[in-house]
This record gives sequence, structure tokens and C-alpha cells, in this order.
Amino acid sequence: MATKSLKKQGSDLAQSNKQLEILSNGIFKNGELPTFKAKISETSQFPLKANKLEILQINVGYMCNQVCEHCHVDAGPDRKEIMTKDTMRQCLEVIKTSGAHTLDLTGGAPEMNPDFRWFVEAAAKVGIKDFIVRSNLTIIRANKKYHDLPQFFKKHNVHVVSSMPHWTRGKTDKQRGEGVFDMSIKALQELNAVGYGMPNSALRLDLVYNPSGAFLPGDQAAMEKDFKKALLEDFNIQFHNLFAITNLPIARFLDYLIASENYEDYMYQLVEAYNPAAVKNVMCTNTLSVSWDGYLYDCDFNQMLELPVNSKAKHISEFNEDLLEGRNIVSSQHCYGCTAGAGSSCQGSVA
Amino acid sequence: MSKTYYDAADLRKFGKITEWSEELGTKFFDYYGKVFEEGALTAREKSLIALAVAHTEQCPYCIDAYTKDTLQRGVTKEEMMEAIHVGAAIKSGATLVHGVQMMNKVNKLDG
Repeated sequence: MATKSLKKQGSDLAQSNKQLEILSNGIFKNGELPTFKAKISETSQFPLKANKLEILQINVGYMCNQVCEHCHVDAGPDRKEIMTKDTMRQCLEVIKTSGAHTLDLTGGAPEMNPDFRWFVEAAAKVGIKDFIVRSNLTIIRANKKYHDLPQFFKKHNVHVVSSMPHWTRGKTDKQRGEGVFDMSIKALQELNAVGYGMPNSALRLDLVYNPSGAFLPGDQAAMEKDFKKALLEDFNIQFHNLFAITNLPIARFLDYLIASENYEDYMYQLVEAYNPAAVKNVMCTNTLSVSWDGYLYDCDFNQMLELPVNSKAKHISEFNEDLLEGRNIVSSQHCYGCTAGAGSSCQGSVA
Repeated sequence: MSKTYYDAADLRKFGKITEWSEELGTKFFDYYGKVFEEGALTAREKSLIALAVAHTEQCPYCIDAYTKDTLQRGVTKEEMMEAIHVGAAIKSGATLVHGVQMMNKVNKLDG
């Protein structure tokens, strides 16, 4: 398992333009498979348009204590892109004025940003309805200074959303690294201990499942049932909902697909599972993604592909809800990942 | 003619059988889809049965399809292998239980 990001390794695939090139060439260029644009045009859904903003997702930095095999951020300990307090202040201004009901902090491991706690405290005061922090769980156990995170999350009524690729050690560690499963279990037990994820508890704890290889996620409800049964029986762990998320063919997952000779088959799977009903609810229509340096994107994936929003307002300092609403969404073939089967978003299935 | 009897890419063309016999093809795929729906058995259980049968039938397309399908449903490789052993046990059992027929015949002819 790699211990360095693609960027640190100097890999070609660390460059977004190389990734976009791969996604536009080969089977999509020779007409074997329809491009995303052609596919959604069949149902007159091109171009996708942004509706009213509901979810503001802020990526506070690409640094992470883990180097997961399929990370679309290409995050890792060697990534130095970290949001500054100044940019956080600009984000806070937007949080105060925007109509978004959900604030979603992600990374990397967002907790590794040195101003993370300051930002959470300030943002929690704004009184946004749903305040999510995407925590990888192991960070809670990674260093003594993070041990009190469950209490900190509780104090600010943060909704914790955590990755958990499987209820068994083997499959989890294969994807996320040796020892990740045991640390994640311990962290979940600690979150349960302060009330997170317990039945009827207002302290929300949801898990994110994404497949460990070149296949699509199964039915979200059925997976949730299996996860709940196994985690309760084996570790006495409880949680609220499971979000099943499809791996998008970018960054390290794209690298994996190519190296394992699964790229074409995977793209076929995505295209064959295309569901026009999922297109209607795709997350870019109600979400705005902010990068560590304050630029605006239609989603976290477009952020990683360096495809900025198609709007005059390109930076959080220029945020203008009226300008951004109705903008054309920037798409490419990776978007098939959000429209396959029951659809996929940071909140799980959409159809 | 293709160079081999089996081409993995042919699995994607399975749906095309309907083109040469629309009514029967459609009926088959409707039936097939219904069979694998959640019922008295879960879709996960059905997928594991299909994986085992795919092996006893030695159908390479089915093996590819249900290996992927079981993975999608969160089935572990240990569970997959156990399911295949169930199929293998029935196959070998089916061979061996005919040994009784052989024994009966020996006893009759040479008892």
C-alpha cells in the first residue's frame, strides 16, 4: 500500500489535466461509450443547472493521517494545502448570509487543520441546521491531542459522518491501511460512549461506505442492515444511517483502475447503470464546494479536477448566491459516478 | 468467428438475445429480474446461491457476474468460497451417491 500521495510520487495522474484527458479519450473518444454530455442530452438534461444552494461543503485542507487506496482527493500526510484563518473568515461571512441549511466540512482529515477548532466554534454559533464534519475516525486515536474530539463534536452539536468501507478487518485495512479497522472501531465506541449514533440520540453519527474495488456499491438500505447487524453483534457499536457512495474514476481510484486493468470495465459498469432519475437529484444541483484556497466548485470531485464553477463569482470572497444559482454545471465522464444505479452523493443514494 | 469460445466482453451483449426473439427474451429477462428481487430470501442470499450454481454450471459469464454482484453486496471472500464449497459438495455427493447404484448392480451380478 502506498504511503505517499500521487503528487508526492510525481505521478502523471497527480495532474488534473492528465486525468481529464484519460476520461475524454479512448472508449469515449472512439464512440464505444457515450460521453456524459451525450447521455444526459438524450433526456434533455444538458446542461445541468444549479438550483438553490442548500449545502455548502468546505474542504479545509488535503492533509490526512491516512493514505487510502481510493482517495479522490489524493490526500495524505505529505499534502500541505491547508485553509488559512483568513479564508475561514471569508467562509464564515458566507455561512452567515447564505440560505444553505447544511455546512459540510471535509478534507483530508479536517481536524488536522490547525484552525479547525476555532472554525467549528465560530461556525456552530451561526446556528446552521445541519453541521457536518467528515471524520476519518482514526484521527481521533492518532494522537493524544485529538482524543477529546468526541466531546468537542458533542459540545458543538456537530453531525459526524465517517468512512467505514466494511464491517470486517480484512476489507477495511486493504483499502484504508493496516490497523485502520481496529482504530476506527475504537473511535466509534468512543463516539457511542458520549451519545453519538445511539437510537433516538440527537447526536448524529452516519457512516459512509464505498466499495473496496472496481465495483459499484450495493443497495444502500440492505448494506445498512448488514453493517448495523455486524457492528452491533461484534463490537456493540451503533450508528444512524449508512451512505453508500460510488467511487469516482479520478485521482488515486483512477490510478488503481488503470493499474489493475479495470478502467474500461468500470466505465462500462457506470454507463450501463446510468439512471436518469439520479441525474435530477445529483448533488451539484444544490451544493457548492469551497477549496482550501477559497475557490468555488460544483462539487469536491470537480475541485480535485480543477474544474472551477462556471460563474463570475469564482472565489468565496466574491460569493453571490444570485449569480451562482442557475449556473451551468461543469461536467465530464467522471460524473457518471454520481448517476449510476441509485445515484451517489456525499449524502449517499439520491434515487 | 471469435478466436475463443468465450469472450468476457460478450457478457455485456447478453441483452441482445432478445433481438432475435423478442417475446421469449423479454419474458426471460422479466422472470430473471423478478427471481433476484428481495423476497423470502434476501437479494444477498440469492446472489450467493447464484455464485455457487455459477460454479457447478461452470459458466464463466455467471462466475464473473456473480463474483461482482456478491462483492457489491458486501459479501466477503470467505463467504464466497464457502458458498462454492456447498456447490462442490453437492456435485461430489451427487457423483458418490450413484455409488450405491453401482454397489446394487455388483451385488446383483456378482453377489
